[in-house]
Parts: sequence; C-alpha cells; structure tokens
Amino acid sequence: MSRIAATFEKLKSADKKALIPFITAGDPDPTMTTPIMGALVQVGADIIELGVPFSDPMADGPTIQRASERALVHGVGLGDVLEMVSAFRQSDNETPVVLMGYANPIEAMGYENFSNQAQAAGVDGVLVVDYPPEESGDLTRQLNAQGIDSIFLLAPTTQQARMDTVARFASGYVYYVALKGVTGASHLDMQEVAKKLPEVRTHVKLPIGVGFGIRDGDTARAVADVADAVVIGSRLVEEIENAQPESVIADVGVLIRGIRQAMDAA
Amino acid sequence: MQMYEALKAYKLPDEQGHFGSYGGVFVAETLVYALEELRESYENVRKDADFIAEFEYELKHYVGRPSPVYHAKRLSEQVGGAQIWLKREDLNHTGAHKINNTVGQALLARKMGKKRVIAETGAGQHGVASATVAARYDMECVVYMGSEDIKRQASNVYRMKLLGASVVPVESGSKTLKDALNEAMRDWVTNVESTFYIIGTVAGPHPYPMMVRDFNSVVGRELRIQMPDEVGRQPDAIIACVGGGSNAIGAFYSYIEDKNVRLIGVEAAGFGIESGKHAATLCAGNPGVLHGNRTYLMQNDDGQITETHSISAGLDYPGVGPEHAWLKDSGRAEYVAVDDHEALEAFHALTRTEGIMPALESSHAVAYAMKLAPQMSKDAVLLVNLSGRGDKDMHTVAQASGITL
Repeated sequence: MSRIAATFEKLKSADKKALIPFITAGDPDPTMTTPIMGALVQVGADIIELGVPFSDPMADGPTIQRASERALVHGVGLGDVLEMVSAFRQSDNETPVVLMGYANPIEAMGYENFSNQAQAAGVDGVLVVDYPPEESGDLTRQLNAQGIDSIFLLAPTTQQARMDTVARFASGYVYYVALKGVTGASHLDMQEVAKKLPEVRTHVKLPIGVGFGIRDGDTARAVADVADAVVIGSRLVEEIENAQPESVIADVGVLIRGIRQAMDAA
Repeated sequence: MQMYEALKAYKLPDEQGHFGSYGGVFVAETLVYALEELRESYENVRKDADFIAEFEYELKHYVGRPSPVYHAKRLSEQVGGAQIWLKREDLNHTGAHKINNTVGQALLARKMGKKRVIAETGAGQHGVASATVAARYDMECVVYMGSEDIKRQASNVYRMKLLGASVVPVESGSKTLKDALNEAMRDWVTNVESTFYIIGTVAGPHPYPMMVRDFNSVVGRELRIQMPDEVGRQPDAIIACVGGGSNAIGAFYSYIEDKNVRLIGVEAAGFGIESGKHAATLCAGNPGVLHGNRTYLMQNDDGQITETHSISAGLDYPGVGPEHAWLKDSGRAEYVAVDDHEALEAFHALTRTEGIMPALESSHAVAYAMKLAPQMSKDAVLLVNLSGRGDKDMHTVAQASGITL
C-alpha cells in the first residue's frame, strides 16, 4: 500500500482528518526546507505538499509567488527539491510527500527521468497545476509505474461529467479548490463547499482534500467536518515570510499545532 | 479551385487544440470550464453568417480594411535584387494588425454576454486595441501591464486611460509582458463568470491560438487577391516578424498549403543570439509548457523561464504561438533572427526611402527582406507584412541615437 493510502487508512480508523500543510521548497532558503518539514510532522502534519519553485506561477496569488521568487534567488530547481525529499526521508520514512508545481520543470527533466528520480527520492504523489487530466496521460503512466500517485484538482466550476474524467486519472487523493481564484484569496464559502462535496463524492471515490482560503483553526475545523483532508498553504507561507530567521521553526509549529488542535477538538 | 481544395486540407489544430505535439490546454482546473465555454461559443460564431457579416462590416468601416499592398520601389532599388512589397497593416485604425483580433474577440464577448474585458499588454498596442474596442462596444476594460513596460510606454498608457480603460501595473517577476499575462490569467480565474479575456497573440490555451489566427487571417485572404491583381502572381516569399506570432500567422495562414510561397518568420535577436539577451524563441529556445500551451520557450536547464531582450517591446516574449512551433518542425516555414541594430537600420531605411515609419517590430521583417532581396533576381517578389506603424517607438529610436526628446 502506498504511503498516502496507508495514511488515510490510519486516520480513518482513528476517526481523524488529514492535515496537509504546503510549503515552497527552498523558502526562505534551501537549508531550511528539511527542518521545516520535520517540524510540521512533529506538530501534526499527516502529508506534506512541497511546492516546486517556478518562474511563472500563474495559479498562485502574491504570497506563494513571492515564496517561489525567494527560492529561485537561491537557484532551487526540481533536482534540488528531489534532494530535499531524499534528505527528509533519512529521518522520516512514513509521512507522505507530494510535490506540487507547474509543468515546465518536469518537461525539462523529462517524464521518465523525473518519475525515476522522484521514486528514488521517496516522493509519494505529484500534483501538476497546469496538467489537467487530458494532457497528463503520459506522465501519469510513468508515475504510476513507479508507484507514485497523480493528484488532480477539482474546482467549483468542474462539471459532473468531467469529475469522472478526473477520477479515471487520479489516485491518492483529489484536491478540491474551494475558491474561484488564485491561492491565498480570502472568502471561503463553507456552504458552497458543504454542498459541493457530496456531489464530488458520487463521482470520485478517493479521499478529498480541500484547500484555497483556509486561514485559521475555525475554517480548518469547518472544512474537516466535510472533507477528508485540510490543505493549508498561503497562510503557512505567510508565516514563514514574516518570521525572523531564527524563529521560523517555532512560528510554523505554533500555527500548525493550533490548526491540528482545532481540527481534532471534539 | 485546386488551391481551395489544398487549403481545406490543412485542418490544424485538432479538437483538443494540438498542432502536432504543440498547443493544447495546459491550465489549472479552475480555468477549464471557462475555456470550454469559450470554445463552444467560438465554434458557434465561426459558423454563424450574421456574426461573420458583422465582423466583416466592422473590419471594413471601423478598421479601414482592406489594407493596401504597396510596392516599395525606392527601397527595392536601393537594396537591389527582389522587389519588396508591403502589406500596410500600419494603416489600420489604431496603427497595427492587433485591432483585427480585438474586434473579433469583443464581438464574441458581447455575444457571450460578458460586460467586462481584460487584456495583457507589453508595448501597449494590444492594450490600446482592447481599450479601443471596449469603448466602441461599451464594455469595462482592465489592462494588465508590467511596471517596467509602463515606464517605457507612457504615451500608450495614457491612450488606454483616455479610452476609459484602467491600467493595472504588474510588479511580479520581470515586470514585463509575460508577468502581465500571468496576472491577467489570475484575474480571469477569479472573475471567470463576468469576464472575457482578450489574449493579444496566437499563444495561450486552446482555443486562443486558433481564434486569434482566424481573426487575423483576413491579412492573408486579402493578399491572395491583391498580389495577383498587382503583380500577376503570388509572392515568392512572405516575411513577417514573430514575437507571439499573430501578424505572421495572419499572413501565412492562407498560404500554408501553397508550397511555392516561402514563409519566413523573423524573430528578435536583441543584442545577438550569442549574447543570450534576445527573444529568438524558435531559433534558440526549446519546447516546454507555458501560458497554457506547449511550444518553444526561452528557458534554463531547470525549466525556469528566462528573461528576454529586444529593442521592440512587442517581440520581447519568451514563448511563441504553438502553430509556429509546428510550422518550424514541419519545415513549412523558416524562422530567422534579426538583431536590434539591424532592425533600427531598417527602420531608418524605410522611413527615408518611402516615407513610411515602421514599428520596431515590423522593422525586423523589413530588415530581413533587405538581407534577402539582393540574393534574388529583379523579378522576384518579397511581401513584407508591415504589421504596425512606428509612431509609438519615437522615444526608443531617439534614445538609440543618443537623442533625448
């Protein structure tokens, strides 16, 4: 069983929901990524989404764009990100790691090469923002051959027929984008999410994570009530951006621990 | 009739928007529905006689089409060899070919019931053309423009504001065209129900490369009639500058199946290809995925998009339309590059011999015609698509000559 499936199974039997923090690899600098990942697991992260820096992150808001820019100042590329995952695996062989990013760095590395290296590094899932299922067949095959899950997005505008297409290609979990807009936007419409998820579940049998617009314990708790996983990205990246270098680990820990507690509260 | 049949044989893109391995729809899920809606609407108007009639009426009475072809006799004499002819897109309303496309897309937006249009712009020509049609059809217009470009193109920014558009400075990345495109995409994702995104070139996700090509293909259709009328036959070669490639594809499209006509795209070599500071994507880049399609890109080994340079802001883009990528690989079109210096020389040459001031973008095409003509006989005919006029470039040209206006 893959690490992702095992994680969801374990959580299910404990009657808990998955907490999935997102950070950009190499932000604020390359030496910090592995320690931050470790800290996230310590305070209750179940899966880590690791952003691969890209020069033109079209689907991201200003917060994650700036994180990408900070990482790119240090020249962090896909190869470096895979090394960071390897380093993380030295001390943690259980927590799934999902790479999230844009198509072109993977195109540049080549599908087969990337899939092999990702497997060797200990990557469990890959989410490519600008590969919708229709364009992702070749990569998905290569990834699956290496036992790596292909994670896909669903949006409020995704039509029912398309959910079936996504379900055909997806494994691990699917990621429901709770907002129309880019990452880091506000105004999460909980009613809309609560209404939409049962509809999604009739088409997609995988666990469903919800992200975009989750900023605190209350919104995380509300999402955890209806979804299988809560993804928190921009709010966490903001914390990293605003922290003093020496307190990044501590600040990140406080934020994620608080969200974990809110999610788990009876 | 034989030609008509031959033209019908060229059917790209396929249903998913692919030109061979290029093109496609590489966007986040949040945009997929909007693109499907756009594709359906466009497929409908493509077959709608009323829509086509209205588009043609607007092109004639508002844009001022057909644009003439002009024999640049003095330039041809000075250069020697082939006869150089110009397709005068510079005479269109707003001074460039860009208006052909914005009229088409604005009519489609109106048909789809969208009251707000957004656009990205580099030099400002597409922004002006979008603001123009927004005024004409009573739509709200927001133009995204890199803050670096805003500094370089102050008069076009003012033109857009006069036309009632708001111009939003983009501070991310390199603060130029590609970043403006990213930002416009973000706006579209957020306001997808009310908003129509008018992309200014033959790039972006399907159906944009096809749709923008179709709206600009009026150029080639006119040429097919005009050239036999003027010189008794089709030209030996058509030469057009290529940034994203919308004017070039507009001129090339009707000739793709006509193998007797060479199709030559001229990219911006900036400070020279070997300097690394250029925008000659097809000549020196390699394939990848950016802005919704697979095409040639300027990128580093990590797949990060690199910054480009050209004296002409309209060619200063790290990608290129996917149909051009296909035309290059298939060998049907040739792509060459002309540097800043050669483009400036061509600008001055055409200005002084013909009294026609070309846009710096179009000057690249003129420059290549001036290189090619002497290698050909006096009976040969080169057709340059003069995609825009150079008034907007006064400051850049003056600066290059060390003059402050």
